[in-house]
Amino acid sequence: MDLQDKLMNWDWEKLKQQQEGRSNVPPQMDELVKKFKKFKLPGGPILILILIALFLGSSMFYTIGVDEVAVVQRFGKYVRIGQPGLNFKLPAGIEKVTKVKVRRIYKEEFGFRTIRAGEQKTFSSEDSNVSLMLTGDLNVAVVPWIVQYRIKDPYNFLFKVKDVRGLLMDMSEAAMRLVVGDRSINEVISKREEIANEAEILLQKELDNAETGINIVTIEMQRTNVPEPVQPSFNEVNQATQEKEKLIYQAKEEYNKEIPAAIGEAERTVKVAEGYALDRVNRAKGDAERFAAVYEEYVKAKDVTRRRLYLEALKDLFPKLGKKYLIDQNQKNLLPILNLEKEKYGIEK
Amino acid sequence: MKSKNIILTVVVIAFVFVFAAAYIVDETEQVVITQFGKVIGTPKTEPGLYFKVPFIQNTNYFPKNLQIWDGDPGQIPTLDKTYLWVDAFARWKIVDPIKFFQTVNNTLSALGRLDDIIDPAVRNFITSHSLIETVRKSNRELDTFEIGLEDIMQEKRVSYRIATGREKITEGILKQAQPKLDKFGIELVDVKIKRVNYVEEVRNSVYARMIAERRQIAEKFRSEGKGEAQKIIGEKERDLKKITSQAYKTAQGIMGKADAEATVIFAKSYGMDPDFYSFTKTLEIYNQSLDEQNSLVLSTDSEFLKYLKGFSTKP
Repeated sequence: MDLQDKLMNWDWEKLKQQQEGRSNVPPQMDELVKKFKKFKLPGGPILILILIALFLGSSMFYTIGVDEVAVVQRFGKYVRIGQPGLNFKLPAGIEKVTKVKVRRIYKEEFGFRTIRAGEQKTFSSEDSNVSLMLTGDLNVAVVPWIVQYRIKDPYNFLFKVKDVRGLLMDMSEAAMRLVVGDRSINEVISKREEIANEAEILLQKELDNAETGINIVTIEMQRTNVPEPVQPSFNEVNQATQEKEKLIYQAKEEYNKEIPAAIGEAERTVKVAEGYALDRVNRAKGDAERFAAVYEEYVKAKDVTRRRLYLEALKDLFPKLGKKYLIDQNQKNLLPILNLEKEKYGIEK
Repeated sequence: MKSKNIILTVVVIAFVFVFAAAYIVDETEQVVITQFGKVIGTPKTEPGLYFKVPFIQNTNYFPKNLQIWDGDPGQIPTLDKTYLWVDAFARWKIVDPIKFFQTVNNTLSALGRLDDIIDPAVRNFITSHSLIETVRKSNRELDTFEIGLEDIMQEKRVSYRIATGREKITEGILKQAQPKLDKFGIELVDVKIKRVNYVEEVRNSVYARMIAERRQIAEKFRSEGKGEAQKIIGEKERDLKKITSQAYKTAQGIMGKADAEATVIFAKSYGMDPDFYSFTKTLEIYNQSLDEQNSLVLSTDSEFLKYLKGFSTKP
């Protein structure tokens, strides 16, 4: 009974239909037999026949929705697939129909649970057991993911495996752990796409081997992370990288603040030197030219020019000077007689 | 009326017999026919409608499709003494329904047998392999983010050569368990490890290790940042010195050249008459360097004052 309960939880619809197929037939027949015995009214048998005919007739057609197909079994044996629309079959007891939604895409969540569509996701302890994984570098990662699948082969889906959904769940976990087990924690966090792809291939292979009739549409990784207690330290690494860049930028700022200015200053120094050079050379040339000009005239009358230049110079010089003292050539010593303060313009002879 | 009743009774009895004799085998089932507990004929593995001797023979239904076995997760120490929480599962099917019927009778007790056989096999394999073997499946190179610790990692890698890997371990479990299940008519299709996790206490120390590892990386980044910044500052200092010194060099060169040129010009020009040059230059310097601050004491025999004493041409 325990097993039955489990079964019903796993695949309620399928089981219900199977049970109907198996157990309903004999009781109906027993009932009919009883009725047969009881009816003694004239015309009774005809009524019974009509009832039987009605019953059989009503169980001879069925409709199939657009997203499903019907798997028809005659005496338990698979005979054909019924396509969407109105279909006919042999009456109940002979042929049985199981509808399979082949076009619907089913979704399974691992490691988290969506409460409402587009709503927040909670991580219960059971979920966290699903998503906690050992990585290849023996760290622990939190890996939630979803699997979307379709029923590709209704025959295999119905008949080959007892609990297809259960198998899918187990296999998904095993496949995902196998893939994550061969990745480092960094890869688990940063290369989700790659992991999803590998897990998808692995899982599809296993499902094909088990003849589940399921086709994986996609595996999508949710936000992979490290376990909560470790998260701050991972953030710290991110912060540290930011800090590193900040320090580098600050240093570059410093560099950029000073170097272009220094280059400008250096150029100024060079320009000043160039200015000096021009000045120096030009002045030299000027002086030289002046000298040459004067010299040219000087050569013509050496003595007189010399005298003239001398006197002119003295003329310019004398008025500028402070006190002037004239001393006779025979006077050898100045000290005894000269009152330098009192006599301003005295000329001694 | 009487004959009609008899006919009716016969028909009903015939119906009952037919229904008791007929049985349906579903796609997912197989049936073993027993007669007073004894197995009769070959098992019916193909689906369809079958008949048996009514009331004497019994039908025993067994599933034909793939069945699930979910292991009891338990703590198992690995070869390197790390306690793991291992949850395995397996798929199996009944390949010999007669043997199955005779030995275990139903799926529930079959699951019990599977527990007895697969659980120890899982335990054996986990305890005889190191942790890493049960986690990894290949020797794929991992991107581990271990900047600056290449040497240490190199050593680690060498010791972490995966000899078996998870896939081979599960294969081994399957091979070990299968022979023991043959006598039950059970075929084990696969055994997989669904979950391997550290047990609670180990997990906490693993977390501590992970945190320490990250901290170390963070510090590395920080100090790298500082180092890099210092490098740039150093570059700045160097470039500054280079720029100013080069400018100085260039400036001095330019000025020196100008001086040299000036010297050449002067030499060429004044060289015509050095004496005249010194004469004019000296006069010029007198003019520039002497002013009212200076007092002049002149002797009357100087060239300038010689006429104060007279105008004779003889000095």
